[in-house]
Amino acid sequence: MNSSFLTLEFCVIALGIVLMLADFFVLPERKKYLAYLGIAVLTGLLAISFTGDGICSVFGTAFHGSFIEDPLALFFKRFFIAAAILVLFLAAEFSDRIIAGISEYYSLIVFALAGMLFAASADDFAMLFVSIELITITFYVLVSFQKNRLVSLEAAIKYLILGALSSAFMVFGIALIWGTTGKLNFGELAQVSSQFLDNKLFLTGVLFVLVGLGFKIAAFPFQIWAPDVYQGAPTPTTAFLAVGSKAAGFVLLLRVLFIAVPQVTQQWTCLLITMSGITILYGNLCALPQRNLKRLMGYSSISHAGYLLLGIVALAGSAGKSTDGGAAILYYLAGYLFTVMAGFSVIALVARHLADEDISSLAGLNQRSPFLAATMTIAMVSLAGIPPLAGFFGKFLLLKSVIAQGALTGHHAYYWLAFVALAGVVISIYYYFGIVRAIYWSKEAADLSPIQLSGGAKFSIALSLAGIFWLGLFPNTMLNLANEAAKVLGN
Amino acid sequence: MSILTYIAGWPLLAALLLVFISGKNRVIIRAIAVLATFISMVLAIKMFCQFAAAPVDADGYRFVQQIPWVESLGISYHVGVDGLNVGLILMGAIVAFAATLCSWEIQKREKEFYILLLVMSGGILGAFASLDLFFFYFLHELALVPTFIMIGVWGRGEKKNYATFQITLYLSIGALIALIGLIALYLQSGADTFDIPKIIAYAKAKPLATNVQNFIFPLLLFGFGILVSLWPFHSWAPLGYGVAPAPTAMLHAGVLKKFGIYGLIRIALPLMPVAAQSWMQIIAWLAIGNILYVGWVAMRQKDLNLLIGNSSVAHMGFIFLGIASLNLIGISGAVMIMVAHGFLAALTFALSGYIYQKTNTLEISELGGLCRRLPFIGTVLLMAAMAGCGLPGFANFVGEATVFFGAWAQPSLHWAVVLAVWGALVIGAVYMTRAIRNILHGPLPEKFATLPDASNLWRKLPYALLLVSLLIFGFVPKLLTEKINPDAAKIVAVSSPVVKTSAVALAEIHTPKSEIRN
Repeated sequence: MNSSFLTLEFCVIALGIVLMLADFFVLPERKKYLAYLGIAVLTGLLAISFTGDGICSVFGTAFHGSFIEDPLALFFKRFFIAAAILVLFLAAEFSDRIIAGISEYYSLIVFALAGMLFAASADDFAMLFVSIELITITFYVLVSFQKNRLVSLEAAIKYLILGALSSAFMVFGIALIWGTTGKLNFGELAQVSSQFLDNKLFLTGVLFVLVGLGFKIAAFPFQIWAPDVYQGAPTPTTAFLAVGSKAAGFVLLLRVLFIAVPQVTQQWTCLLITMSGITILYGNLCALPQRNLKRLMGYSSISHAGYLLLGIVALAGSAGKSTDGGAAILYYLAGYLFTVMAGFSVIALVARHLADEDISSLAGLNQRSPFLAATMTIAMVSLAGIPPLAGFFGKFLLLKSVIAQGALTGHHAYYWLAFVALAGVVISIYYYFGIVRAIYWSKEAADLSPIQLSGGAKFSIALSLAGIFWLGLFPNTMLNLANEAAKVLGN
Repeated sequence: MSILTYIAGWPLLAALLLVFISGKNRVIIRAIAVLATFISMVLAIKMFCQFAAAPVDADGYRFVQQIPWVESLGISYHVGVDGLNVGLILMGAIVAFAATLCSWEIQKREKEFYILLLVMSGGILGAFASLDLFFFYFLHELALVPTFIMIGVWGRGEKKNYATFQITLYLSIGALIALIGLIALYLQSGADTFDIPKIIAYAKAKPLATNVQNFIFPLLLFGFGILVSLWPFHSWAPLGYGVAPAPTAMLHAGVLKKFGIYGLIRIALPLMPVAAQSWMQIIAWLAIGNILYVGWVAMRQKDLNLLIGNSSVAHMGFIFLGIASLNLIGISGAVMIMVAHGFLAALTFALSGYIYQKTNTLEISELGGLCRRLPFIGTVLLMAAMAGCGLPGFANFVGEATVFFGAWAQPSLHWAVVLAVWGALVIGAVYMTRAIRNILHGPLPEKFATLPDASNLWRKLPYALLLVSLLIFGFVPKLLTEKINPDAAKIVAVSSPVVKTSAVALAEIHTPKSEIRN
């Protein structure tokens, strides 16, 4: 066993403990600034992960193969750390709205991050389940953190019940897989899974695992919790749910589908196509009438899960020959990270003194803070997938990977899926531009007081904006990283 | 750096600069916008004049520049001009300058308006110059989105929201269908690059399979067709232009809309000649739909902007007819009309914008006798209307006549030519002259007794510029045709080997014709 693979995880867990203990020693009015300690440490870790020599450039397995360090894991670890940094910035801005225990809030975010790091490296079902539970259980607490807000508690209960249900499915599925094959390790399972393609119990097991992961990524038909939870949770939690938790679901999905049971996945391409298409349409159509910003973002995140599934479909169709779909997923997630963080930062800052986050609260934002108005506009335009921003290039890659399968196999289902995705894009333009419209030309702006931004908020938003433009205009670096990481998924 | 990069780059750079200037400095903002588009226009004119002398690269393009962008996908920033887009870039740059000058009608949120206008100008000029499929689409999208925002925010009239909604929906769908077609084309060509000349060269050696062509061609035809308001997908156009602020309508109807046709000629025809042949009749039918049906609709309009909008849609029919003819004369004529109609559409929308600004109405029945108070604007409007009916002396005549000759060369299109001539000569003349009579002649209503004409040279400049361009290319079409012909011939050589001989024969008849008019 080589425990040096776990450096990042150990450091993150230590950081979480330090943040929790610091609660005893730091004056209440200064606790807010603990977030910056966390940010500093995580930035350091992110930098370490990029230094060529040593800790993160050695690949291999640990704990008898249940923990794997490979380019895919590394890509996602960097992604999660970057997400946590931006979420901590947001949490620091949000701290005045969390009555008790802000340092616990920070440390829970860091613990959830630890769960995500383990998820990125999970190479067997036990590790998969433990990391998922570490993420989900911390999120139960994170969602309910505004104890004085009824909606926050309601959201937590819903998340708890449905989360527990999906965990139950997942454990059941794992048990069935273990029972039929006797393997938990993904690599070992891959060698034997082709013998079980007719085994109903085994297939049910895989299906149940898919249900559990489908819940994490909020794909149809397991999306039902997303809007309520997104709406009720404190905004930094929502942002972390949208980015971190979803990405953790995707990395596990990629590993299970394409490393553990590739043959089953190939057989289920049609199922995945249907799931992707319906998820896209459901998310976009339901987002149309929404007035609450966070609820709208909840539906929008469902639709983005659908777009990301396009990449999974392409991977499934290509049977390991081409990993373009995987690279497209990774690229899209990277763009989604910056875009969603920019959007939620604006929502958190604008709705600071308001009970709800109605779209009308954005009215007059153009006068109150041109910077925030521009940020929100850019974030929405990028989510809608319009050049020259990150969302466009990501969608372009996803579509390309799906159409490539259509061109290669001559199967019309891929083209239909591409058309459904485009229909989704067109629908989404309507509600994303509805937000832009509320910012720039709604008449009933009640409050025109300027919004003061702290240095941290400005910095983190500027960072997100830079990311959106960087990924839109100079895709080369990230695409190479994504391509390299996705190679793991091919054969 | 290629001069093309500067032509498209200056407006984009100016847009970026404006972001950092406070909205209170109205004069500075306007000056920057005007200056940037002016430089871009001067460069475009310079490029146009130097075209013949410029060195040609292996693929037949001039002023070429190529920078790799995403190597793993074969995307590069690649710009260059040949006969097909040289006129479009010149026209686009002139219209962009004129539209910026006409933007004095915008009173609120000027900074944002100029930023969007500059992005739109730079984006579309870049798209026309682009020789890479990805950038070709990317820059068009970049130009398209500001259109929606401008119509939504600065639009006029009660139907603003509905029109914005409709134009956004139609054009987004069109662009996305075209995107699927382009991606499919990239994947099917097997060339593994987005570089247009390379794909075309590759396809020449190894043509796309017929079933693949038959699958992709309709995607491009209808995707691009929606962008060009091909009948019956045109209903967004008159309505959208009716509510759009004048500079936006000028740029969109004049320049941006041509992107779709340009895409068909540049990409669809040379790469999918077999499918183009089999779709020829259908394209001709749709073109007649544009010319006759929309022309007929235009006759019934009571609002000047709707009339111009419908007439502009009707003119697209001639271009499609030129494409349907699939021969040298027809394609050259189509390109010629694209340029001519760009100037004309911009000019008419600029004029209607002026009239709306001063009279606050575009109802034809409420206007009248305006020529007494607005001698300059009235005269220009009259000339624009004449150009719209296809009178000789204006560039439109050259293009339309050429298209008719081209389409006549295809025996299967004789019926279409007969119908189209009716549309051009009779229907166009009816609505144009009737509008002119009602707006410019007759008694002047009391309330318009103090209307001011375009007072100084500065205000007259955009109209004069566009009108002069129409006249120059009307009297000396050779400036354009001799650039277009060699490159149109290349496309024809690929797309219709059958009729090539007759096309060349007719081209010889055609050349003296334009010289006679010189």
